[in-house]
Amino acid sequence: MTTHPHPTTAAAPKPAPTTRTPRKAVRRAHQRRSPLLTALTALMLIYSLVPLVWLVINASKTQEGLFSSFGLWFAGDFSLFQNIRDTLTYDNGVFVRWLLNTVLYVVLGAGGATALATLGGYALAKFDFPGKRGVFAVVIGAVAVPSTALAVPTFLMFSKLGLTNTPWAVIIPSLISPFGLYLMWTFAASAIPGELLEAARVDGAGELRTFIRICVPLLAPGIVTVSLFTMVATWNNYFLPLIMLKDPDWYPLTLGLNAWNDQAATAGGQAIFHLVITGSLLTILPLLAAFLFLQRYWQSGLAAGGVKD
Amino acid sequence: MTVLAPPTISRTGQADRGRPRRRRSWTGWAFVGPFMAVFAFVFVAPIAYAIYLSVFRTRLIGGTSFVGLDNYQQVFTDPQFWSGTWRVTLFLLVQVPIMLFLALLVALAIDSGRLYGKAFFRVAVFMPYAVPAVVATLMWGFMYGSRFGLIGNINDAFGVSLPDPLSPDLVLASIGNIVTWEFVGYNMLIFYSALQVVPRSLYEAAELDGASQLQVIRSIKLPAIRGALLIATIFSIIGSFQLFCEPVILQSLAPNAITTYFTPNMYAYSLSFSGQQYNYSATVAIVMGILTMIVAYAVQLRGTRKDR
Repeated sequence: MTTHPHPTTAAAPKPAPTTRTPRKAVRRAHQRRSPLLTALTALMLIYSLVPLVWLVINASKTQEGLFSSFGLWFAGDFSLFQNIRDTLTYDNGVFVRWLLNTVLYVVLGAGGATALATLGGYALAKFDFPGKRGVFAVVIGAVAVPSTALAVPTFLMFSKLGLTNTPWAVIIPSLISPFGLYLMWTFAASAIPGELLEAARVDGAGELRTFIRICVPLLAPGIVTVSLFTMVATWNNYFLPLIMLKDPDWYPLTLGLNAWNDQAATAGGQAIFHLVITGSLLTILPLLAAFLFLQRYWQSGLAAGGVKD
Repeated sequence: MTVLAPPTISRTGQADRGRPRRRRSWTGWAFVGPFMAVFAFVFVAPIAYAIYLSVFRTRLIGGTSFVGLDNYQQVFTDPQFWSGTWRVTLFLLVQVPIMLFLALLVALAIDSGRLYGKAFFRVAVFMPYAVPAVVATLMWGFMYGSRFGLIGNINDAFGVSLPDPLSPDLVLASIGNIVTWEFVGYNMLIFYSALQVVPRSLYEAAELDGASQLQVIRSIKLPAIRGALLIATIFSIIGSFQLFCEPVILQSLAPNAITTYFTPNMYAYSLSFSGQQYNYSATVAIVMGILTMIVAYAVQLRGTRKDR
């Protein structure tokens, strides 16, 4: 499985494919596979996968089974489907509500963040404008600002503005991804040949038209990469919704799962560890699927973004 | 801070050819404007507001009054703040090198082309990155647990009593394990991507000279990915200083081991949300942000100086 840059890059041949082909040939010529190295690296693989295997196995157990059976093997009764049903219907289907909230935050937050980063990265890579150095310095500085250190002041400000406890309190801060901007900037610098822009301008195409028709297709692998990473950041966000939201009806999945987990510790609360585990499994599946199916995009996007520095 | 490698040069060459850009004009602002507007609202404004808050103090009697730098003075002599800062510093000194070293080993192994099924390795080791910190912590927390966790299983099966990973002595190491698990694959991918663009001709030349694999790694591969190493180190440092999610979620499993001021972020959070001390909380957040930037900047300076 190779990482093809992107079908449309045929229009603008990038250096990556040319360096890659001879290299493969060299590799094949005089390098043998090593079972020892494979076995050693497999230790890391096991470390990475064991918790996920644990999660899948334990999602198939009843609450009693969880306590009475060995963690890395199945209990006698296979109740995965019952658990999924229970997870989705518990407390009037609040899990589904959390899932929809999460989707809302991801679509608007991560989608918006990707759009803003794409536009901004393109501008930084291909335009010369007054204050450009300032923009660059401020944004690079912002990467170093711990986002959680920012969260408390943001909460205080948003509560003054009456935005807390609304979806906007989660969506608006998610719109900015300095890392995404940086990635799009480096990606646009190499993916869009200057001549192409010149040609479009000579032909009298407007800036917006040039951007949408010519640049967006060339930027596609970068856009997929940035949207995957902003999607993970939004889908997995915990701190921001934790401080912004009081009403469980607006919770995303992460907050909801933790509330279920804490339920066992509260007085009179019912322990629902089997639902916490099944819910956790359901929470991670969409992202794992997205990463698996979009591999060739994000891997080439990351490779291009990682080159520059 | 550039990785000098022929593909990069040809890439820059390509960008340079595009450089007969148009005269400086405001057109670029139409594209970067939306980003900057939202940026001003969610980055600049909160920072300004935090600075504003940090120079006031609200008392039960007397209301809010301007106190200058008193809050900062208080932070610098606050044992709870320093205990959290010391803890994340220790965490960063131990966990970050271990994680980056493991990530580098895996990246080099995959890049060496000597693995069976390298595509599978690459994807599988990266997978934990897609798992939310909340889910990762819940999972590991359950596995750590003596109730139905693996530790409990092992204790029962072998009649031993392993130390409790959630005891006050071990809880920081347990958190380090969770964070390592979450991010080792992400860092591996950054290193691997950087290794991908090292020109192959260098390896051939080294081979002709009879260089061993280790020599190739030391003299070609590691210098070539210094930029990526630096970026990964800086991101990991920032991440360590921000430690929040994992300890907060483990808190319900290990209430005695994890205090409300376990990390500076947890401290700022509990000051705001349990203590209502907004002014002081904002000050803690600012001081922590400045400390983080100083450390990140120092690492960057050191890293780039070696470049020359």
